[in-house]
Amino acid sequence: MSPIVTELPKIHYLNAAYGLKSWLLTTDHKRIAILYLITVTLYFFLGGFFALLVRLELMTPASDLLRPETYNRMFTMHGIVMIFFFLIPAIPAIIGNFVIPMMLGARDLAFPRLNLLSWYLFMAGGLFTLYVVVIGGVDTGWTFYVPYSSVYSNSYVVATGLGVFITGFSSILTGLNFVVTTHTMRAPGLTWGRLPLFMWSLYATSLVQILGTPVLAIAVALVGIERIWRVGIFDPSLGGDPILYQHLFWFYSHPAVYIMVLPAFGVVSELVQTFSRKRIFGYKFVAGASIGIAVYGFLVWGHHMFTTRQSVYAGLIFSFLSYFIAVPSGIKVFNWTATLYKGSVSYQTPMLYTFGFIGLFTIGGLTGLFLAAMGLDLHVHDTYFVVAHFHYIMVGGTVMAYLGAIHYYWPKMTGRLYPDAWGRFAALLVFVGFNLTFFPQFLAGYLGMPRRYAAYPEEFHLLNVMSTAGASVLAVGYLVPLIYLLWSLRHAPLAGPNPWGARGLEWQTPSPPPTFNFEKTPIVTDETYEYSLEEEEVV
Amino acid sequence: MSESTNALAHQFDDLEQQARSNTLGMWAFLATEVLFFGGLFTAYVVYRHAFPEAFAVGSKHMDVVAGTVNTAVLIASSLMMALAVQSAQLGLRRPLIMFLLLTMTLGAVFLGIKAWEYHHKYVENLVPGVNFVWEGPLRNQVQMLFLLYFIMTGTHALHMVIGICLLTYLVLGARRGRFSREYFFPVEIIGLYWHFVDLVWIFLFPLLYLIGLHL
Amino acid sequence: MRFLPPTASTGAESVDSLYYFLVALTFLFTGGIFLSVTYFAIRYRRRDPRECPRPVHGSALLESAWIAIPFVIVMFIFGWGAKVYYDLSVPPTDALQLYVIGKQWMWKAQHPDGQREINELHVPLGRPVRIVMTSQDVIHSFYIPAFRVKRDVVPGSYTTMWFTPTKVGRFHLFCAEYCGTEHSGMIGWVTVMEPTDFERWLSGAGAEGSMAATGEKLFQRLGCAGCHRSDAPGRCPPMTGVFGSSVVLANGQTVIADEQYVRESILNPKAKIVAGYQPVMPSYQGQVSEDQLLSLIAYIRSLAAPGTTEAGTAVQPQAAPPAPQPRRSRVSEGPTTITQPERRQRK
Repeated sequence: MSPIVTELPKIHYLNAAYGLKSWLLTTDHKRIAILYLITVTLYFFLGGFFALLVRLELMTPASDLLRPETYNRMFTMHGIVMIFFFLIPAIPAIIGNFVIPMMLGARDLAFPRLNLLSWYLFMAGGLFTLYVVVIGGVDTGWTFYVPYSSVYSNSYVVATGLGVFITGFSSILTGLNFVVTTHTMRAPGLTWGRLPLFMWSLYATSLVQILGTPVLAIAVALVGIERIWRVGIFDPSLGGDPILYQHLFWFYSHPAVYIMVLPAFGVVSELVQTFSRKRIFGYKFVAGASIGIAVYGFLVWGHHMFTTRQSVYAGLIFSFLSYFIAVPSGIKVFNWTATLYKGSVSYQTPMLYTFGFIGLFTIGGLTGLFLAAMGLDLHVHDTYFVVAHFHYIMVGGTVMAYLGAIHYYWPKMTGRLYPDAWGRFAALLVFVGFNLTFFPQFLAGYLGMPRRYAAYPEEFHLLNVMSTAGASVLAVGYLVPLIYLLWSLRHAPLAGPNPWGARGLEWQTPSPPPTFNFEKTPIVTDETYEYSLEEEEVV
Repeated sequence: MSESTNALAHQFDDLEQQARSNTLGMWAFLATEVLFFGGLFTAYVVYRHAFPEAFAVGSKHMDVVAGTVNTAVLIASSLMMALAVQSAQLGLRRPLIMFLLLTMTLGAVFLGIKAWEYHHKYVENLVPGVNFVWEGPLRNQVQMLFLLYFIMTGTHALHMVIGICLLTYLVLGARRGRFSREYFFPVEIIGLYWHFVDLVWIFLFPLLYLIGLHL
Repeated sequence: MRFLPPTASTGAESVDSLYYFLVALTFLFTGGIFLSVTYFAIRYRRRDPRECPRPVHGSALLESAWIAIPFVIVMFIFGWGAKVYYDLSVPPTDALQLYVIGKQWMWKAQHPDGQREINELHVPLGRPVRIVMTSQDVIHSFYIPAFRVKRDVVPGSYTTMWFTPTKVGRFHLFCAEYCGTEHSGMIGWVTVMEPTDFERWLSGAGAEGSMAATGEKLFQRLGCAGCHRSDAPGRCPPMTGVFGSSVVLANGQTVIADEQYVRESILNPKAKIVAGYQPVMPSYQGQVSEDQLLSLIAYIRSLAAPGTTEAGTAVQPQAAPPAPQPRRSRVSEGPTTITQPERRQRK
């Protein structure tokens, strides 16, 4: 373990330069990560606020707290903010930006200025969306289905679409930067077979970002063109085909699910090793599964459309391919579990989030089998069953992993620890609140409650009350870390370079790291995650 | 793409790594572009399959001569670009500037002809959403062709404009003598972009202009 | 507290069986993972902050096992799910034909004999019911949880669903695809009745003449009958016996003359020309409403069955049809004005 640390390094990336300009014009990947951390956190709480309003409205069957038009705007804004401004950037743009160059032993990403441009694009897209929130919102659902979005909606579809379009380019450029960095910036000796698993999963994520996002961009642009000029690209009354939009949309938006969850896989792979102090079980399989998921992810979009007029045979193919995804997802869960075997398992905060992730992702993944079963999907499609399923993946999976990663890398980012007892308490709160919120939604969904309903029949009442109660616990669970992490910035003990006894180049440099990460380029001579070796062999 | 006077950016160890990174970055970006246009081509395929007759009839209103001239202009500009890249590799400054300017000029000629075509479509009342008038049958279906025509060629033209801006940047750099036998990858990767944009046109031209001739 | 909606159709039971199987599987796997994680976490908890466990690099045997076994299981689920889906997608040929139009924010249903309902659907017990659906505006989705069926209702084309009710009662009808402000108000009831009650209900529901009859009048009024003559086939293909048959097109392809084909032929006649005919028919896009299209389709469908009464033959009007009336094929020619049903619907 690292010795007791009494002072921070004299010069590190946080104090290398001062002033607003030194932040807004920075090209340091770590500072850009901090910029993302601040803005993405704001969006997370904004999206959470919308979610809370949605849950409060659903506490009673009638639409009494919010009028339906307000409710529709709330769930739409919740979806758009959470997906495009929290889930997609969260792990790649914050954690990825911060650690990728360090994991690779590089001074920075391949394109530091492009990286800053990504953040500005993200901000520009985000400001459009905030502008829409202020002037009256958008009510199409985050899916922007035509012809509702292009012809019938009386809300600010074009401005929102523009926001999503611009943010999409931020996502593309981030992915492009990571792909190139992974290819060309690896330290000597760091072969592909020695890459940390977080790198593998972010590499897979970046491929999906590069290849999927432009299709969303063009689909949203076409909706905007149709709406502004009143022409019929998708509008059936002018000869268009509304289902074509759904194909284009899901061609991106299904892989987008993997943009959101693959980084979480990477985080969990790191955490499970560090906190059981043991190399992952089946490294090659876990790494390959990430790539497999990214590739298969592009072949299954039609499973969102079993209830449309897609032909039975197209449906059969999409259903068949969707089940292939279950295999690599299963590989990951089994290997994480097996890594614990004969390990040295500690229960620090990041590991509690990891346990939570493994359990909730397993449930989320298995309920995906229900939805991919075509006959069953006819019943549960567009019900709360779907809502519960993807929240188990997105919140139970990605948000859990994201919080785990923040707690894991917080000492590296700030040089300070945080009160671990509070951390564990918050993790428990999040886990309990999460299950109370979303498990009842599986039941409500199978009982037949459709999603996006401002009002609902009496028989769904009890389940919705449970769900709302859970949501308030969850909200507290998210606020507690915000408080103690901010507190820790000044008052917590110093962490030292490697408080967890973790492997990986990012732990070989001081916390917080200097601007160019390493004093001299590290040379890698060992396989990754060799916990049995003594500590000081790299650098 | 480094603008600093010192050609090597701080994050790289050597120029070779920098060139490799930038080239790979451009290829990755072109992959994005392929998918971006891919969405439009998908829409085209779907609607052409649905309305073959309307597309054939509508395509008779495309100016095949202008399209052919433009195709030739673009291919010529690609040749100039290739020669510019070669000049850069050989470290020849004057030919580099000349070929870059020629590439730009041909690109501008293409855009001029395109603008002239757009103007004609406007005069003929064939711009969907602005003044589309179609007396014959299959109005909506023909409008779909023109809509796709304008969106696809418009997106392509936008890429051309961006390309010309990038070439301007290269010309300014070349005049200041920034490129050398060791440091020429900016010319090379912008060349890649330019060839890609030309290639898109090679697909657009037959799909939009020539279908009517064969049906 | 209920965990299942009422099980009120033949399909509902097969969906539920698959559901139970998957629930059991989920519990099995989640339980397995949960127990293993808990056991390992406790058994191998960190006892000494300096301890360093021996590495275990993996096992090809285990990896292949947890690739192969889940693969076999999911393929089984795929097959089962596909079977259920296929059965829920292919209606029996003797199904009762109903028509539904979705619009913001209501469901309009029409029975073949002309009875109209809004946000209500009455169906007889034990008889397969096939519903042809379309939308006047945005995409909706017709969802009856008690029957475990749902289909999107897409403007500009037809989708179909079918079910056989097995329980008398009133069941929820929901719109499942978000369709705008009052999406959650676009709900109604499906009422399953004993067949005799259903016939009584039908006769009391005040029809204005069967859909086929309405369609026939439209067929005359729009001038279709001038060309599509069954007695003197000339410029246009006759309509007798067309519906449900396969049609050879001018480009050599063959299509089945279903609802979608008839719809397209009316709105976009140049799209699929029947072999041996010239593309002379004008488009009726914008001239016929979705209601009228369905009536025309009902009429053309009524000409399909062999032995069907020819158009023009006078039959008793069907304002009050007797109970055992065959559902399709009777066509009336009464003095009622054609616009009548349309006016009713606008209210």
